[in-house]
Amino acid sequence: MTSAGNLATYNFAYLDEQTKRMIRRAILKAIAIPGYQVPFASREMPMPYGWGTGGVQVTASILGPDDTLKVIDQGADDTTNAVSIRAFFQKVANVKVTTKTGEATVIQTRHRIPEEPLTEGQVLVYQVPIPEPLRFLEPRETETRKMHALEEYGLMHVKLYEDIARNGHIATTYAYPVKVGERYVMDPSPIPKFDNPKMHRSQALQLFGAGREKRIYAIPPHTEVVSLDFEDYPFEIQKFEKPCALCGAENVYLDEVVLDDKGGRMFVCSDTDHCEDRRNAGHVGELGVAQTEAAE
Amino acid sequence: MNSQPLLKVSDLSKFYGGRIGCTKVSFDLWPGEVLAIVGESGSGKTTLLNCVSTRLTADVGSVEYRMRDGQFRNLATMAEAERRFLMRTDWGFVHQNPADGLRMTVSAGANVGERLMAIGDRHYGQIRETAGDWLSRVEIGLDRIDDQPRAFSGGMRQRLQIARNLVTAPRLVFMDEPTGGLDVSVQARLLDLIRGLVQDLGLAAIVVTHDLAVARLLSHRMMVMKDGQVIEHGLTDRVLDDPREPYTQLLVSSILQV
Amino acid sequence: MYVAVKGGEAAISNAHRLLADRRRGDRNLPAISVEQIVAQLALSVDRIMAEASLYDKTLAALAMRQARGDMIEAIFILRAYRTTLPRFGYSNPINTGEMLVERRISATYKDLPGGQLLGPTFDYTHRLLDPDLLNDSPVEEPITAETGHEPIMRVADILAGESLIEMEEPGEEETTPGDITREPLEFPLGRDERLQALARGDEGFLLALGYSTQRGYARSHPFAGEIRIGLVDVEVDIPELGFAVSIGKVQITECQMVNQFKGSAKQPPQFTRGYGLVFGQSERKAMAMSLVDRALRASEFGEDITAPAQDEEFVISHSDNVQATGFVEHLKLPHYVDFQAELDLVRRMRAEYEATQTGTATTEHKEAAE
Repeated sequence: MTSAGNLATYNFAYLDEQTKRMIRRAILKAIAIPGYQVPFASREMPMPYGWGTGGVQVTASILGPDDTLKVIDQGADDTTNAVSIRAFFQKVANVKVTTKTGEATVIQTRHRIPEEPLTEGQVLVYQVPIPEPLRFLEPRETETRKMHALEEYGLMHVKLYEDIARNGHIATTYAYPVKVGERYVMDPSPIPKFDNPKMHRSQALQLFGAGREKRIYAIPPHTEVVSLDFEDYPFEIQKFEKPCALCGAENVYLDEVVLDDKGGRMFVCSDTDHCEDRRNAGHVGELGVAQTEAAE
Repeated sequence: MNSQPLLKVSDLSKFYGGRIGCTKVSFDLWPGEVLAIVGESGSGKTTLLNCVSTRLTADVGSVEYRMRDGQFRNLATMAEAERRFLMRTDWGFVHQNPADGLRMTVSAGANVGERLMAIGDRHYGQIRETAGDWLSRVEIGLDRIDDQPRAFSGGMRQRLQIARNLVTAPRLVFMDEPTGGLDVSVQARLLDLIRGLVQDLGLAAIVVTHDLAVARLLSHRMMVMKDGQVIEHGLTDRVLDDPREPYTQLLVSSILQV
Repeated sequence: MYVAVKGGEAAISNAHRLLADRRRGDRNLPAISVEQIVAQLALSVDRIMAEASLYDKTLAALAMRQARGDMIEAIFILRAYRTTLPRFGYSNPINTGEMLVERRISATYKDLPGGQLLGPTFDYTHRLLDPDLLNDSPVEEPITAETGHEPIMRVADILAGESLIEMEEPGEEETTPGDITREPLEFPLGRDERLQALARGDEGFLLALGYSTQRGYARSHPFAGEIRIGLVDVEVDIPELGFAVSIGKVQITECQMVNQFKGSAKQPPQFTRGYGLVFGQSERKAMAMSLVDRALRASEFGEDITAPAQDEEFVISHSDNVQATGFVEHLKLPHYVDFQAELDLVRRMRAEYEATQTGTATTEHKEAAE
């Protein structure tokens, strides 16, 4: 019988060292073959599958005591799942955490890439629900594996063709498929296609972890990442009509906030850290309050 | 150019456990030639078609194909990537049931365009235009280009399947009972269409059918199969007008009696 | 005015505090002890151990209490603990032929060496609510008898003696079974990995799939050759000693399903096997598992794959309830970035649609006016 006392001891960053080594080997392989999905023996994590277990395992395996961690979900540091994952690593690894993109050495994200360009030495870890870009066209793993191996990606364009035939333009708005290093078609995880260009030749290392589906893949720094399109229907990102209502930023991804039940709404930065930075620097949007005034 | 066959089949055999699928089949197929394989169901004709087209792996024998560079290649030893590329560019396969050869939930235009996109075409407008051309060639109205084959009649589906196969200008097409399961009047129209396309494009084809009328109308040469073996082989008119084997005589006479 | 959705941290901690309160419930009642759960809700504990694939009754009971009786949550908690445990080594295969049997029944023989032993079963109880259980009425001691110490022969071995049933795959000396908790799954799987996945698969999912094979979706004409429940020794080779040492006993349920098979060119007609093995006492799971195992062997016997239960990728990819519950429930997480992207697109497309509509309306209007 196990007594409760000696039960709850966990290794640094939760995973045992053997597991970390296994995951690091998968990561190295992923870096060596950009965009290729490396199978790995994903572990059960103390948070549910689908809630970032892949990202958490990758982060746990690369995190050292000197790292500074930032966790975002939907671009924000204060969404519940981001808070929960950040608290998890504070508890099991006792690492420094931050909300500042520039200060972080490791950033775990769900559904967004920070607005501030990432720099050399930073690692962006994505949480991935379904790593297989062909999955909804072909449900069988045995078949999709073959399609990747033989570079048979015609089906991917069939989907884009159908979008245009039906809607007049490509109707994929997030998880927009990309080709990495002129070889593998890859799912960038459900980030809005607005963020796709940020992956291209990024200075940071980008790692993708899918826990439930047991896959790790990577984009090494400075790698070519091209969003799939047609010559006469080139890839385009979302454009917003107004700047952020709080900080006045343009060319950033905005969230819609419903203000009342009469159709009142405002658009604000999805990247909360970026918005705060700008407001601290004195930028004020249409509905924002200048920081200096607010402080008084 | 026609001094060499397109396809050389030698001593091909396939067994299912102790049962014979087909055995010791050899023949050559020439560019632009249509070969019919006839026989009752269970005679091994579909097994033979699948072995020749590499959809099944034969137990004995070889299939060699003359590539566009003029070199013969043994299909069994070809790398899978190359073979699959060959199958979707230089070959076509028309299934008896169009649902097996089409993407039923994808528009007619995309069904035809898929092969083009698979070989790297990246211009939506041009892909759509080519798809439209092919739809007209198989007598499907341009107004149906964005409809899914689910909404098509059996005859239309079969014509769409043919267009989907021919868009990359293949040199060899395999057909498994292409008119099976269709009404007689629809069959006649489809046969006419296939005959016209095969002639215009100079296609070589291997057609499996149990229907001697189909063989008569489409093929130059025919092979009669029984119990997995080819029992008679010759020019179509000769075999049908002057069958030598008793079994072939029986087949031919049973048609005439109807 | 806009209020930022801040304070996630405080909200989470308050929610957990409320959870702890609800878990404890009425403070006037004594808290249920882990020992009570182990003793009186034994079958729940067994299921948690089986699907978490960790044999520890105390921890399973603790997980169950922590999960407020939610089985899948309890399984999840125990799995997340199991995964952090270092691996010291692998035990030798357990020998179910040497089982200390508490229950053993066969549907294929009326009587057989070792006899039919009913054991503690719900079978033949009348499912009438029992008011006596509302009170702590005294319960009689069970009747016991001295058993012979002869091991009880397995039914599959009786059939194998006559070569009427397929032989188990010959155990090559060098083949070590895979470990699905340490190696990524790669389809198609070996039967070893498949059985491991089924053993920790969701009882309800396997029950439904097994049931579907009986209703004609991949019929396999099964007979319950034998179901046995009891204790087996777990032995580990100790290299320094040069022999195997028992490190304890575990309770398991084993089901050998005997299925019809006509034979093929390579094999004479004989019965085939479906196999089920789970921790603890769980006949339902072991039987369902053996039906699904047999269905998944379709390609091995050259049978057509027509039904869901025969489709390895489908069955194994969806049998794990910890994975399934996580992904289904992840829909609770915020998705507003993706939703924003879709919202934007729908608005734009509606605007385009309206533009074409009003466009046609004006032309029609013009035509009418002319």
